Amino acid sequence: MSSAPPAIASDGLGKRFGRQQVVADLALDVPKGACYGFIGPNGSGKTTTIRMLLGLVRPDGGSCSLLGEPMPSAAASVLPRVGALVEGPAFHPYLSGTANLLRVDAADPTSDPATARSRVGSALERVGLSAAAGKRYRAYSLGMRQRLGIAAALLQPRDLLVLDEPTNGLDPQGTREVRHLVAGLAAEGTTVFVSSHLLAEVEQLCDHIGVMREGRLVAQGPLAELEGLRAQRFRLQTADVAAARGVLSGLGVQDASEATDGLAGSLSGVEPERIVRALVEAGVAVRGFAVVRPTLEEAFVELTGEGFDVSG
Amino acid sequence: MSAAEVSVRRRRGSFGRLFASEVHLVFGRRRNQVGLLVLFGLVTMLGVALKVSAMRHPGDRGGDLFSLVAGNGVFLGFAGLTIEIALFLPLAVSVLAGDAVAGEANLGTLRYLLVAPVGRGRLLVVKACALGVGALTGAVLVALAGVLVGVLLFGAGPLITLSGSQIGLGDGLLRLLLAALYVAVGLAALGMIGLFISTLTEQPIAATVATAMVSTLLWILDAVPQLDWLHPWLLVDRWSAFIDLLRDPVFTDRMVTGLWVDIAYGAVFLFAAWLRFRVKDITS
Repeated sequence: MSSAPPAIASDGLGKRFGRQQVVADLALDVPKGACYGFIGPNGSGKTTTIRMLLGLVRPDGGSCSLLGEPMPSAAASVLPRVGALVEGPAFHPYLSGTANLLRVDAADPTSDPATARSRVGSALERVGLSAAAGKRYRAYSLGMRQRLGIAAALLQPRDLLVLDEPTNGLDPQGTREVRHLVAGLAAEGTTVFVSSHLLAEVEQLCDHIGVMREGRLVAQGPLAELEGLRAQRFRLQTADVAAARGVLSGLGVQDASEATDGLAGSLSGVEPERIVRALVEAGVAVRGFAVVRPTLEEAFVELTGEGFDVSG
Repeated sequence: MSAAEVSVRRRRGSFGRLFASEVHLVFGRRRNQVGLLVLFGLVTMLGVALKVSAMRHPGDRGGDLFSLVAGNGVFLGFAGLTIEIALFLPLAVSVLAGDAVAGEANLGTLRYLLVAPVGRGRLLVVKACALGVGALTGAVLVALAGVLVGVLLFGAGPLITLSGSQIGLGDGLLRLLLAALYVAVGLAALGMIGLFISTLTEQPIAATVATAMVSTLLWILDAVPQLDWLHPWLLVDRWSAFIDLLRDPVFTDRMVTGLWVDIAYGAVFLFAAWLRFRVKDITS
């Protein structure tokens, strides 16, 4: 384990808008060099968290740091090393793609004006927008706008990329390209923090995952570790539900629920062979017994409680 | 190449680069270009109206500014400032001020400037400077339009001052330039009020309307005789004092006080904008 400070860390981070607690007690830990997937349903507080990390929104409580320096106080020295796409692209509609990127570049006091044109050119090329560089932003399609937003994040070599829903609005081909681009950047050593409500996307791209639910981080860690956390479940087929339930609770398996033709529930750490033997010895007629490992998708739904619906 | 190897020190001239970008943005916008044309067109209309009137009633000359135009086209510059100072120039500044912060917030570009990171104080100062340039451009354009149209319609020559004496053309043009600069300072102060309002909302139109309303309200208050105790404190009270430049010798008391009032308003509202913007949650 390296002693390098985490790329993103937060402690007790919280934000309330009016009466609603949008983010509460958030303790993010994004290791340097990681590709971190920040997932959760729409409205679970992902974008507000990103805004707090980048110093756009002031937290009501807690602290956060980027690349080892406290935010928002160190914004001037940290943010030039951070590329960000926050809640979709936003540019001046009557300026061209190139002019828009030059403006963003001019806003950064550390950027070199002598290389601005070439950096803008290569950022546009990197996202495949060279042909539309001179077009006005208002004439861009949704996918082109998204690409321009990503290009703005790539104007400088970055140590950290914060990408909020980077494939929003892209067609499948564009999605693949962006995924490829992000994977390439991560392979170069850039820490990538990517938020998404699409689990499949994060699963393919990321090695670390944080799961948000109603403003709280309900799970966080290396993807492999989280997969291990996926609770094993059983499905028991029997006509003898009442007797089976008695046996199960005797073994400490409490939360079995009635399924179509039997019971289903979490194994609660009890070995399946013990359960089967106990059931048979107790004279319960077992028609079938299966151990089911939920897909990551199912685990996600379990963690967030509500799948991909909008959080209130 | 890691970003850590790249200097994250502030580069010299970065403020100038951002300022140039801002000015380019303001003047590159079609709507603002049309606005300048309107300011120009109003002076042209005034010139034509005075020309028609002068042709209908030759020799009928009063002592007021508008009558003086018929004698010397350069006066149209002063007359243009007089008719545009109450509504059109303040409106133009209000439009720019509405765009300044609220416009960027509305487009969402504000968040990308801030994560660039532009620095909140630095952005506000750039916006304030650009508003100053906008105010200066408006006032100088109106004066210039007056000279161009006026000389074309009425010819040029030595000017008769309001005191009855005569000054040379060069002296007259210099005084017109000073008048435009004086008007620009007042408009820039209004711009700071607009900048403050612009930090309160994400709707540029709302900020523009509110700023124009503030300006109009100040003019109305300034016109109510019962409130004469309040008049010296109103931003617009001495805006028309540039006409003192047409006296001989030039009467400076009102203009000097006027400049101090402008500067006080500008400083207070720029500071208020900073207090607000410094801690504002950018959720747009």
